[in-house]
Amino acid sequence: MKDDAAPIAGQAHQDTIHDSAIKHVTGRADYTDDLVEPTGTIHAYLGLSTCAHGRITGMDFTDTLAQPGVLGVLTADDLPGVNDVSPNGMNDDPILADGVVHFWGQPVFAVIAETRDQARRAAHKARIDYDALPHVLDPIAARDAGMGYVTDPLTLRRGDAAVAMADAPRRITGRFAVGGQDHFYLEGQIALAIPGEDDEVALHVSTQHPSEVQHMVAHVLGVPSSAVVVNVRRMGGGFGGKETQMNLFACVAAVAAKRWHRAVKIRPDRDDDMTATGKRHDFVIDYAVGFDDEGRIRAVEGDLYARCGFSADLSGPVTDRALFHADNAYFYPDVRLSSHPMRTNTVSNTAFRGFGGPQGAIMAERMVEEIAYALGLDPLEVRKRNLYQNGQLTPYHQEVQDQILPRLIAELEQSSYYQARRQAVLDWNARGGVIRKGIALTPVKFGISFTATWFNQAGALIHIYSDGSIHLNHGGTEMGQGLNTKVAQIVAEAFQCDISRIRITKTTTEKVPNTSATAASSGTDLNGMAALDAANQIKARLTAFVAENWKVAEDQVAFVPGHVRAGDQMIVFDQVIRAAYMARIHLSAAGFYKTPKIHWDRTTGQGRPFYYFAYGAAVSEVSVDTLTGEYVIDRADILHDVGRSLNPALDRGQVEGAFVQGAGWLTTEELWWDDKGRLRTHAPSTYKVPLASDRPRIFNVALADWSEATERTIKRSKAVGEPPFVLGISVFEAINMAVASVADYREPARLDAPATPERVLMAVERLRG
Amino acid sequence: MTQLRFLLNDTEVALTEVAASDTLLDHLRLTRRLTGTKEGCAEGDCGACTVLSGRLTPDGLVYEPINACIRLMASCHATHIVTIEHLRGPDGGLHPIQAAMVAHHGSQCGFCTPGIVMALYGLWMTDPKAGEAEIETALQGNICRCTGYAPIIRAAQAAGAAGGQAQDALAREREAVAARLAGMRGARVSLARGADRALIPTDTDDLAAALLKEPDSTLVAGATDVGLWVTKFMRDISPAIFIGHLMKDITVEGDLIRLGAGVTYSEAAPVIARHIPQAAEYWQRIGGWQVRNVGTIGANIANGSPIGDTPPLLIALDARIVLRRGADRREMPLEDFFIDYGKQDRQPGEFVEEIVIPIHRAARTAAYKVSKRRDSDITAVAAGIRVDVAEGIITDARLAFGGMAGIPKRARAAEAALRGQPFAEAAFDAAARAIAGDFQPMTDMRASAEYRATVARNLIRRFWLEQSEPGLPVRLRLTERA
Ligand SMILES: Cc1cc2nc3c(=O)[nH]c(=O)nc-3n(C[C@H](O)[C@H](O)[C@H](O)COP(=O)(O)OP(=O)(O)OC[C@H]3O[C@@H](n4cnc5c(N)ncnc54)[C@H](O)[C@@H]3O)c2cc1C
Ligand code: FES
Ligand code: FES
Repeated sequence: MKDDAAPIAGQAHQDTIHDSAIKHVTGRADYTDDLVEPTGTIHAYLGLSTCAHGRITGMDFTDTLAQPGVLGVLTADDLPGVNDVSPNGMNDDPILADGVVHFWGQPVFAVIAETRDQARRAAHKARIDYDALPHVLDPIAARDAGMGYVTDPLTLRRGDAAVAMADAPRRITGRFAVGGQDHFYLEGQIALAIPGEDDEVALHVSTQHPSEVQHMVAHVLGVPSSAVVVNVRRMGGGFGGKETQMNLFACVAAVAAKRWHRAVKIRPDRDDDMTATGKRHDFVIDYAVGFDDEGRIRAVEGDLYARCGFSADLSGPVTDRALFHADNAYFYPDVRLSSHPMRTNTVSNTAFRGFGGPQGAIMAERMVEEIAYALGLDPLEVRKRNLYQNGQLTPYHQEVQDQILPRLIAELEQSSYYQARRQAVLDWNARGGVIRKGIALTPVKFGISFTATWFNQAGALIHIYSDGSIHLNHGGTEMGQGLNTKVAQIVAEAFQCDISRIRITKTTTEKVPNTSATAASSGTDLNGMAALDAANQIKARLTAFVAENWKVAEDQVAFVPGHVRAGDQMIVFDQVIRAAYMARIHLSAAGFYKTPKIHWDRTTGQGRPFYYFAYGAAVSEVSVDTLTGEYVIDRADILHDVGRSLNPALDRGQVEGAFVQGAGWLTTEELWWDDKGRLRTHAPSTYKVPLASDRPRIFNVALADWSEATERTIKRSKAVGEPPFVLGISVFEAINMAVASVADYREPARLDAPATPERVLMAVERLRG
Repeated sequence: MTQLRFLLNDTEVALTEVAASDTLLDHLRLTRRLTGTKEGCAEGDCGACTVLSGRLTPDGLVYEPINACIRLMASCHATHIVTIEHLRGPDGGLHPIQAAMVAHHGSQCGFCTPGIVMALYGLWMTDPKAGEAEIETALQGNICRCTGYAPIIRAAQAAGAAGGQAQDALAREREAVAARLAGMRGARVSLARGADRALIPTDTDDLAAALLKEPDSTLVAGATDVGLWVTKFMRDISPAIFIGHLMKDITVEGDLIRLGAGVTYSEAAPVIARHIPQAAEYWQRIGGWQVRNVGTIGANIANGSPIGDTPPLLIALDARIVLRRGADRREMPLEDFFIDYGKQDRQPGEFVEEIVIPIHRAARTAAYKVSKRRDSDITAVAAGIRVDVAEGIITDARLAFGGMAGIPKRARAAEAALRGQPFAEAAFDAAARAIAGDFQPMTDMRASAEYRATVARNLIRRFWLEQSEPGLPVRLRLTERA
C-alpha cells in the first residue's frame, strides 16, 4: 500500500455529515428528556411571580400541598447554600425570589410531586400576595427613573469625538430602538438531577456550560465542586439561551434531589420557559455622526441603552460587545461609544448569538443609511468608503490586520448582480405601485474570542483503546452547530483514520474540568486545538515507539490512511496500537489550549480583545406591500468568510441558519409587554419566529474559499456561529429602502426594529404624510 | 364499548382507562417511551410532535400529519398513529425522506427533525411532485430554529425526486390496516379514568342524544382549541364528547355548498378552491398543515372567536348555519350567531351541524388575512369582501371583518358607502373612509388599534385595485403560490 491510498473518511476541510444526523432523522438521538429515568424519578415545577415588582407579603401553599402526588414545596428558605446563580459573582440572581420580586414571571417557589403534571397543576394552586411597587420596563424610562446600572458601563474612546463632530461638514443625530429576541431553542430548559452518596449529585442538563452548572450547584448545595458531575450529550438548540439560564433549573433539581433522595427532573412548559428566562438585550441607541460631503465618517458618538432586566447576568460583556461592534466594519476617526446597562423590571437578559454585537453593528448601518440618504448616494458606496484599512485602529485600539472585505464585497457585488438589480429595484419603485422593493448589501466584521481573556482556554481527552478504537472527549458542548463532528474530523485527520473509528461522547465535567461555555463562536477554535494537542501527544509517543520497534528514524514514521508508515513498512493502525499497548505506551492524553496574543484592559478601554476577525456580506432583496406592511425576502446572496473551512457543508448550514435567525430578529420576532409588565409574546402562538416560507426563495450562500485565517487558528479556519447572524441586517435595510421609496428616498425610513408589518405600514403612512 | 382502540405503528392498542384530557404525546413519550416524538410547545405551533394519523374516509385510508401534543387520546379511536420510530425504507434502512435529510444536512440540533421528517413524509406520500410552494405550505406548522430551512427544502425536493411511494410500508399495508381500522369502528365508546369521562358517539344522532342528556359536556372536534385548554390552561373538560369523526359530509347542490360541521380545513380545501377560488390562498393560511388536518369549520364558528378566519369570509358569502338540538334543527344566517364577545346564539344541548354556503358565481369576491407572520399566525385583521355589480352599479356589498371587534362583524357603514354607487374608485375611496366609523379595534400583542384600522381601510383599497386590474401586482408572491 502506498501513501496516496484512498484518503480517510471524514478528514478536515471536507463535507462530512453531522455525527448525529442519522439519529436525528430516525428519532433516536436522545435529549435530556429522552434519557431513561432512574426508578422513582420525581418532578419539580416552578411557581412564577404574577407581579412585575413587589414585596411578597404572604405565601400560602395549603392548596398546593393538598394536591395529589405533591411531596413538598421549596422556597428561598429551603436552599442549603447560597440563593444565587449570578454568573459573575455579583450576587444579584436569586434562584427563588427572596422577599421581593423584580419582574413578572420570576421564579418564587418550586413544587415537587410524583409526576410533572401533578407538580405543574399544584404550582398553580399556590397563593402569593404582593405589595406592588412601581415598575419600569424600558431602558429610557429606567434612566429617567434613576434605576441605575446593573453592572459597570463602559466607554470606548479614540481621539476627540466632540471636537471632530463640531468640525465635521455635516452632522446627523438620531434615536433608534432595537428589539430583543427570544432564543426559541426547540428543546426547552431541562435538568435531571440524580442524588449520589454523601454530598454527591450527578446531573444531566441541557447546557452550553456544564462547568458553570457544576459550580452553581455546588454553591447552592454548599458542597465542593468535586461532588457535582454535570453531563450533556446534546442540546436541542442553545443560541446562548443555555449559557447561564439553565443554572436555575439545575440548582432546583439538585436541591430537591438531595432533599428527597430521589432523581428529580425539571422542565418548564414553553410559556414559563419564555417568561422566566433571559433573552437578547433590546437597545435604545442615541447616535451622532459627523461626515464629509463624500460620505466619509469623521466622528461618531453613541449612547447604547440596554434593557438588562433586574440583574447583571451577562449584561456587562454583552453591552461591552455591543460597543466593540458599533463600528461594524467601518473606521471612525474620532469616536466615543458609551454603554448604559440599565436595570429594568423585566427578566434578566442574557447571551444570544452575537452577544450584543448585532445590536452594535446595526447602529453603524443606521448611520450609513442616514449618510447615504443625506447625500443621495447608494448606501453601498458609503459602506465602501468607510471600510477599515489594515493598520487602522478600532475604537478599542486594536489594529485591524486581516481586512478582506473590499475583495469579499466586490465578489459578492458581482455574483449577486447587485448594481443591475438595484437599478431594477429603483425602476420598479418608480412605477409607483403598491408593492415596493428594496435591496441592500451589508457587511460584517466580527471579533472572535471571549472578551474575558481567561475564558479562552479549553481541554480535551483522548483515549485509544487496545483494539484501536478512539474515544474523544472535549469541553465543548453540541447544540447542533456540528462541533463534535469538526473536532472528530481534526482527530481523524491527525491519526489518519476514518472518522467512524472515533467515538464521540457526551460532555462531562468528570473528563475535562473548568471548561468555558460553548459560546462566542469559539467552540471549534478552542476545543479543536485542545483535541489536536491531545492527539499530537499520543502521536509523539507512538512515533517514538514505532521508530524504536520497527527500527527506523523518527522522521521515517508517518501516519497515513489507516496505517502508520515506518520507512518502507506499512503497519495497520490497529496493529500499531496493539503493539504499543503491549510495550506499555501510554495511549491516553489530556490536551489543552489557550488563545495567544489577546489582552484587554477594561479600565482603559484598550487592548486586543480579539484574536482575529471573521468577515462576510449579504445582499437581500425584499418586496413590501405598502397597503398592509407585509413583506417577503425575494432573494438573498451571501458570501461569508470562515477561513479554511473545516467542514463546508456544516459551515454553510451555520451561515444559512444564522441569516434566517438574524432576519427573524429584525422582522417578525417581537417581544411585547403589557402595561402590567407582563410579557405577552411567550409562546410560538404569539412570538413569531421565521417559518420555511419566510426564508428567501432564492438563497445563494457561498463561503469565501480563498480566505485563510492569518492567525494560527485550528487548520486556519475561522469561527462561524455568530458572525453571519449580523447579515440579517441586510434584510432590514432592504425593507427600509422599500419604505423610503414611497417618499422618493428623500429621507430614510428610520424603522425601529423589529420591522413588523405594523411598523412598516406606520412608516409608510408617516412618509406619505 | 369501554375500550379505546387504535393502531400504534404495528401494534394494536386497547385502553380502558382513558381520561378526556389525556394527550397522545404524553402517551407516546411517557407510557410507550417512544421518545422520538418531541414536545416543543404543547400548543400546536412548532410541529416537533408531528406524527401521522391514518383514518378511513370515503376515499379510503388517508394519512395526515397531526400534532400529537394537542391530539387528545379519545380522538385516536379507530385511527392508525405512525411515529418516527416506524419510519424506514423498503430495505429496513433509512426512508428516502430520512436519507435525503441526512444527505442535505437538513438537521442541526435535530430536535425539530423527527417532526419535520413526519410532515415531509405526509407530503411525499400524497404529493410526490411537490414544488417549493407546496413544501413551504406543508411545513407551515413546523419550526426549525437552526437551519434556516433551505437544506430541508432541498431534502424534500430530493426525496420527491427519489420516489418509491409504491414500495412504502404504509402503501403496502394499506388494505390490511384499513380492514383493522374498520373493525374498530361501530358502537358508542365510553371511557373514563376516575371521574374524568369521555364519550365517542356512533353517529350524529347519537351525539344529539348524548348532548341532550348532558348539555354541559365539552364537544371536542379537532381539539385545536380544546387541546390548548388542556395543555396550556389545565382546564377540566370532562365530560367530553368526541365528534371529530362525525358530520363529514360535503355536498354541492346547484349554487349551494353544504359542509358538515366536522369537515376539516383540509377536507374542505378542494371544494373551496373549486367554487370559491378567490379564497383558496386565504384557506391555506389558516393554521399550519397539521392544524388544518384536524381543525373543523364547525368549531371555528362555534368557538365564537373574533379572530377565527372562516367567519369573515363566510359572512361575506351570506352563509347560514344549521343548529341541532336533539331532533330539532334551526337555520340562521351565520352573522346572527355571533351576539357579543364570548356570546353566541346557541342553546344548551345544541350544536352546529352544518354550514350552508351560497356560491356567488358572478360576484366579485376576496378574502384577506393580515398577520405579523405570513403563515401559521393568528389574524390581526381578516376580511371577507363580496360585491355584486350589475350594469356598472354596485347592487350589494358584504364586507365582514375579523380582528376588528369582539365578534366577526360586518362593516355596515362601508357597505352603505358602496351600495348603489357606480363600480368605480370613488365608491371604494368612500367606503375606505367610512370604515373608520364601523369599528373601534383594540390593541394587543398582535397589533395596535391604529394598525388594525389602517389595514381595514387599506384592504378596501386593495380590493378595488385588484378588481380594476392595474397591471402592477397588488399582493406579494401571489403567482407562485396556491
Ligand atoms: C397552531 C394553531 C394555529 C391556528 N391557526 C388558526 C388560524 O390561522 N385561523 C383560525 O381561525 N384559527 C386558528 N386556530 C384555531 C383553531 O384551529 C380553529 O378555531 C379550529 O377551527 C377549531 O376547530 P377544532 O375542530 O379543532 O375545534 P375544537 O378545539 O375541537 O373545538 C373548539 C370549540 O368548538 C366547540 N365545538 C366543536 N365542534 C362543535 C360543534 N359541531 N357544535 C358546537 N360546538 C362545537 C368545542 O366545544 C370548543 O368549544 C389555530 C389553532 C392552533 C392550535
Ligand atoms: S409540541 Fe409544538 S406543535 Fe406539538
Ligand atoms: S435542527 Fe434545530 S430546530 Fe431544526
